[in-house]
Amino acid sequence: MMPTTPDTPEDPSVRTRPAGRSAVRTLLRLWPYVRPVRARLFTAAFVAVVASCTGLVIPLVLKWMVDGPVAGRDPAGVWLGALYLLLLGVAEALLFGLRRWLVARPLSHVEAEMRAGLYRHLQRLPVAFHDRWASGQLLSRGTTDLMLLRQFLAFPLTFLLVNGVTILVGVGVMLLQDWTLGLVILGPAVPVVVMCALFEKRYASVARLAQDQVGDLTTVVEESVLGIRIIKGFGRHRSQARAFHGLSRTLRGTELRKARLLATIWAVIMTLPEMAIGAALVVGAVQVADGSLSAGTLVAFLSTALALRWPVESIGFLLAMSQEAATATERYFEVMDEEPERPGPAVAAVSAASAAGGRPGAGGGDGGGAAGGLRFESVRFRYPDAPPDSPPVLDRIDLHIRPGESLALVGATGSGKTTLTALVPRLHEVTSGRITLDGADITALSREELRAMVAVAFEEPTLFSASVGDNVLMGAGDGAGPAELERALSVAQAGFAHSLPQGTATQVGEQGLSLSGGQRQRLALARAVVGQPRFLVLDDPLSALDVHTEAAVEAALRQVLARTTALIVAHRPSTVLLADRVALLSGGRITAVGTHHELLRESAEYAHLMTGAPAPQEPAREAPAREAPTREAPPREEEEEDDDR
Amino acid sequence: MTAPTTSVPATGDEEDRPRPASAGDPFDRDVLPTPPGATSALLRSLLAPMRARVAGTTLLLLLQQAAVQAGPLLVAYAIDTAVPAFRAHDHGPLIAVAVAYVLSALASGGLQWAFVVASARVNQDVLLDLRGRIFRHAQALSVDFHERYTSGRLISRSTTDVESLRELLSEGLQELITVILSFVYISAMLLWLDPGLGAVAVASFGPLYLLVRAYRRRAGRVFQERSTAIAAVIVKFVETMNGIRPVRAFRREAANDAGFRVLNRRHERTNGDALLEMARYVIGSRLVANTAVALIVLWGAYRVADGSLELGVLAAAVLYLRRLYDPIDRLGMFLNSYQSAAASLEKIAGLLAQTPSVPEPAAPRRLPPLASEHPGREVVFDGVRFGYRTGGEVLPRFDLTIPAGQTVAVVGSTGAGKSTLAKLLARFYDPSGGRVLLDGVDLRELAVPELRRGVVMVTQEAFLFSGTVADNIAIGRPEATREEIERAAKAIGAHDFISALPDGYDTDVRKRGGRISAGQRQLVAFARALLADPAVLILDEATSSLDIPGERAVQRAMATVLRGRTAVVIAHRLSTVEIADRVLVMEHGRVVEDGRPAELTAGTGRFATLHRAWRDSLV
Repeated sequence: MMPTTPDTPEDPSVRTRPAGRSAVRTLLRLWPYVRPVRARLFTAAFVAVVASCTGLVIPLVLKWMVDGPVAGRDPAGVWLGALYLLLLGVAEALLFGLRRWLVARPLSHVEAEMRAGLYRHLQRLPVAFHDRWASGQLLSRGTTDLMLLRQFLAFPLTFLLVNGVTILVGVGVMLLQDWTLGLVILGPAVPVVVMCALFEKRYASVARLAQDQVGDLTTVVEESVLGIRIIKGFGRHRSQARAFHGLSRTLRGTELRKARLLATIWAVIMTLPEMAIGAALVVGAVQVADGSLSAGTLVAFLSTALALRWPVESIGFLLAMSQEAATATERYFEVMDEEPERPGPAVAAVSAASAAGGRPGAGGGDGGGAAGGLRFESVRFRYPDAPPDSPPVLDRIDLHIRPGESLALVGATGSGKTTLTALVPRLHEVTSGRITLDGADITALSREELRAMVAVAFEEPTLFSASVGDNVLMGAGDGAGPAELERALSVAQAGFAHSLPQGTATQVGEQGLSLSGGQRQRLALARAVVGQPRFLVLDDPLSALDVHTEAAVEAALRQVLARTTALIVAHRPSTVLLADRVALLSGGRITAVGTHHELLRESAEYAHLMTGAPAPQEPAREAPAREAPTREAPPREEEEEDDDR
Repeated sequence: MTAPTTSVPATGDEEDRPRPASAGDPFDRDVLPTPPGATSALLRSLLAPMRARVAGTTLLLLLQQAAVQAGPLLVAYAIDTAVPAFRAHDHGPLIAVAVAYVLSALASGGLQWAFVVASARVNQDVLLDLRGRIFRHAQALSVDFHERYTSGRLISRSTTDVESLRELLSEGLQELITVILSFVYISAMLLWLDPGLGAVAVASFGPLYLLVRAYRRRAGRVFQERSTAIAAVIVKFVETMNGIRPVRAFRREAANDAGFRVLNRRHERTNGDALLEMARYVIGSRLVANTAVALIVLWGAYRVADGSLELGVLAAAVLYLRRLYDPIDRLGMFLNSYQSAAASLEKIAGLLAQTPSVPEPAAPRRLPPLASEHPGREVVFDGVRFGYRTGGEVLPRFDLTIPAGQTVAVVGSTGAGKSTLAKLLARFYDPSGGRVLLDGVDLRELAVPELRRGVVMVTQEAFLFSGTVADNIAIGRPEATREEIERAAKAIGAHDFISALPDGYDTDVRKRGGRISAGQRQLVAFARALLADPAVLILDEATSSLDIPGERAVQRAMATVLRGRTAVVIAHRLSTVEIADRVLVMEHGRVVEDGRPAELTAGTGRFATLHRAWRDSLV
C-alpha cells in the first residue's frame, strides 16, 4: 500500500475553527483585500437591489392594468401600461447587466491579488514551514479556495443582501396591499430562520472536511507524478491507484453528506413558504368572494409572493456557498497567519558589515585577522518544531574558516552537514550561539545582504523554468552579463550548454528541456560561482559527475576557491582535497579539524568515512550514523584560536 | 535534509547530446492534440454507466417541476371557479384548492430533497470515475511522457480541470434540466391556457436561442484561454514551492513575484473577460424576455378588454410568463459552467487520448521457473536499437547477454548510453528495434507484477512519499511484515538512523522530526529494492549521495542478501566495479570493452585509464 495516510488532527492543515468564531467574523477578514474595490462592489450591490425592486414593481403595474384599463376597457390605458412594463423591463435588464459589468474586473483583481499575496507570503515563510506542509495543500489554497472566494464575492455576498432587501420590500408591498394576507405569508419566517441557523453550523464542518480532503487528494496526485519513476520501477501503480481511489471515495462520502444537508434545508425552504402562499390564496379567495378584496389586488399579491419565491429559496444555497467561502477564508489565513522570516535589522546598524560585504571577491584583506572569514561560535541548532527536550541536531559548533580558506565538512550520513550549511544563508536560524561573516553577525545583516554575500550549491540541483543563461546568472548581481556567464560555465565544465538547441537561451526546468543530474549539478555549480561571491557553500557539489568531468571541475574550482572563503560538504576524498582543511562532524559536534592526511592518521572515524576502513567502535557494517558514542567524547579542539569565548 | 522535493525529471545522461529544437512539439502547448469528438465521447462514456440513474434523477426533477408549476394553475382555478362557487356557498372547490396547494407544496419540497440527493450521487460517481481515470491513465503512461508533460500541468488536469466539471455537474446540469423543463412545461401551459399568448411566448425563444449561440461561441474561446492561464499559474506555483531552498538562497523572491504577477495578470484578465461575456449575455436575454412580457400583456389585456379572454387566464398567463423567463439567468450560469467544463474536458480528453508507449501486454506470458537454486535470471539484449522520439539513435544495434547471477558494472562517459540501457532493461522504454529478453521472455510480454518481480531499478533520485518511513520501504513489497522491513533496513545499514528518528519506523517523513538527508533517502530507496527481492537489480547512479561506508554497506548487501541476483550497476565512481564480475565500457551506444575487472585494469584500454584516474582521486 502506498503511504497516503489521511491527515491526523495534529496535521497543521487540519485545524478546526476556534470556537465562537462565526462565519461572518471569518469572512470579515477578507475586508483588506476587498477594500480597494469597495466602491464598485457597493455600487453593484446597490444597483442589484434597485434592479430587484424594479422587478417587484412589475406586478403593481399589472394590478393597475387589470383593475384600471382592462376592467374599464380603455385601449389607451392598456398601451400606457404596456409601455411602463417595457420601460421597467429594459431598466431591469440594463441594471442587472450593469451590476455584472461593475464587478467583473474588480473581483478578478481581488482573486489575483489574494493569490499573489499568498505566493509572496509563501516564498518568505521559513523553510521549516515548507518542510511541514505538503505543497498540494498549499496549491489547493491558491487555486480552488480562492476561486470559491471570488464566487462568493460575486454572488452570494451580493445576493444575500439583494434577496434580503427584496424579501423585505416584497413583504412590505404585500402588507400594504392587504395586511392579513401579508401576515399569513410571514408565518413560516421563524421556523425557516431557525432551520437555517442549525444548517449553517453543521454545513460548516462538513465543508471544511471536504476542502481538506481535496487538499490531500492533490498531494497524492502531486507525489504520484513526482515519484513516477519509483512507482513504475516497483510496478506499484495499481496500489497507488487504490490509495487514490480510497481517498477519492472518502471525498465522495463527504460530498454526499454535504448534499444531504443541502437537500434538507432546500426542502424546508421550499415547502414552508409555499404552504403560506397556499394559505394566502385560500384566505384571499374568500375575501374576493366576500367582495372585501379586488381580484386585481389578489393577482398582484400572489404575483409578488411568487416573485419572492426565488429569493427565499436561494437563501439555502447562498448560505451554503457563504459557509464554504468562510472555510476557504480560514484555510487561506491559516497560511497567511504564519510568521514570515523576520526582516533583517535597519541598514544603519550594520553599515560597516554591509560595506565589507558589498564588493565580493575584492580580496579579504579588510576582514583578515581573528575576526575575518566565516566563524561559528558555540552554535547550537534544533529544528523549531522539534520538542524542546530532544537532543539538538548541532551542538557547540565552533569553527573558523579564515578569509580565503576553504574547509571541507565531512561526517556520516545524516550527521547534520546539510543542516549546518543551511544555517549560513539563514535558511534556518541558529537556536543559540552565532555565526559571523568577516566579523559581522549574520543576524545583524539583512537576509538580502547576507544571501548576496553567500552563494550556495545544494545537493539537489534545482533549475527553474528559465533559460540556461538566466538560471546561471541568477546567482549574480544585476550587472553580470555574457562574460560572467561564460566564465562560470567554464569553471563548472558546463560547456554542453552551448550545444543545446538554442545554446544558453534554451529553456530548462519544469517547462523546458530536461537535463541529466550531472548537467543540472554543473549548472547549479556555475550559478554558485558566477557572482564571484565572497563566501561559498557547496553541498556535495560533484556527486553526480563522472571521474573525468569531476577532475576538470576540480581543477577549475581550485582557482575560484583560492579567492573565496568556502565551506564544502564532501563525501569523497577527491572533493575533500579541494579544501585546505577538513572538519569532521560527528554526533552534532565538530570532533576534529585538520588536513586530510592528518585526520586520516589521527581519526579512526574519519578514516572510516574516507576509505571504508573499519569503524572506530563497531564492526564496519553498522557504521553510518553513529551518534551516541561520539557524543560522550569531549570535542577535540584542534582549532587553534577558537577556544571557548 | 527533507521533503520529497525532487524537482525536475532527470532523464539520464543521454540528454547530454542535444535534442533537436522542439519546434512544433505538441507538448509545448497546454492542450494535447485531441482527436475530434473525443471530448463529447468522454462525457458520454462517463455518463453511460449512469444512464438509468440519470433517467431516474430527471424523472424526479420532472415530477418536482410539475408540483412547483401547479401553483399558478391553482390560482387561475381559484379566481375563475372557486370564488364564484364560494359566492354560491359551494365551499368544495376552494377546499380542493387548499388541499391541492398543500400537497403540491409538500411534493415540491420532498421531491427537491430526493432530487438533490440523487443527483449528488450521480455527480460524485462521475467525478470519482473521472478522477480515477485521469490518475490511472497518468500512471500508465510511460516515463517518456512524464518527462515531456510537466508535473504542474498534470496536476492542474486532475485538480482545477476536474473541479470545473464538478461545478458543471453539481450546479450546471441541474440548472439545465430545470431550465429545459420549465421552458417546456410553461410553454405547454401557456399554449393550453391560450394558444395565441402561448405562440407569442414560444416565438420569443428564437432570439433567445441566437443569443445563447453567440454567447457560447465567444465564451468558449475565453474559457479556453482562462484554463490555460490557470495551468501556467499552477506550474509556477508548484515549481517555486518545490524549489524553495534555492529560491531563498538566490534571493529569487522578488523576481518570482514579478514572474508570477505576469501569469496571474493573464489569468485575471481572462477571468474578467469571461465575467464580462456573461454580463453581455444577461443584458441581451433579459431585454428579449422583458420585451416579450410587455407584448404578451399588451395583447392579452386588449383581448380581455374585448371579452375574448378570461381575466383569470390572463392572470395565470402573466404569472407563468414571469416564471418562463426567470431561468434565463440560470441558463447563462449553466452555459458558463458548461464552457468552462468543456475547455477542461478537452484537455482531460487530450491527456486520456495519449496511448502509453510502453503498453501492458494483452496476453501476458509467465516467466519460466528458476533454472537453478540461484534467484537471478538471464538478460539478453537481442539486436536492440533505440532512439528518443525527438532525437537521433542512442543505441545503434546492441547485443548483450548477461548470464543469470552475474554482476555487471557499466561505465563510460556521459552520453554513452548507460542510462538508456538501464531504462530499456527496466522497461521504462521499449526498444525501437530488437528485443530485451528475461530468461528468454520478451519484457513486452510480461504483466507488470511479473515484470517487477523480475526487474527492479534504483535511481539516483530518491523520492519519499508522504507517510511513514516503514510505508516508504514497503513500496518494495506492500505485503511485507514489519520484521521483513526492518531486516531490509538493517541489511543496508539504514536501521540505525531510522531507529534514531522520533518515532522510529513510524516517523512520518513529512512531519516533525522527519527530516531525512539525501544519503539517508538513498538508503531507504535501497531498502525498498532489497525488500522487493528482484531477480534482476539495476542500480543507476544509485550511490551518488552515499558516503563511502554507505556505499560499502550497499556492496556488502549485494554480496550477501542479493547474492546470486543478476545485477547491472551504473556508476560514475569505480568503487562499485570492485564487486563486479564483469565490466562493460560503453561509448556512443556501443560496448567498447568487455571483461573481468582485473583483466581490464591490467590492460591499456579506456577502463584502465579511467581506473587509474579514480585510484588517484582516492589518494
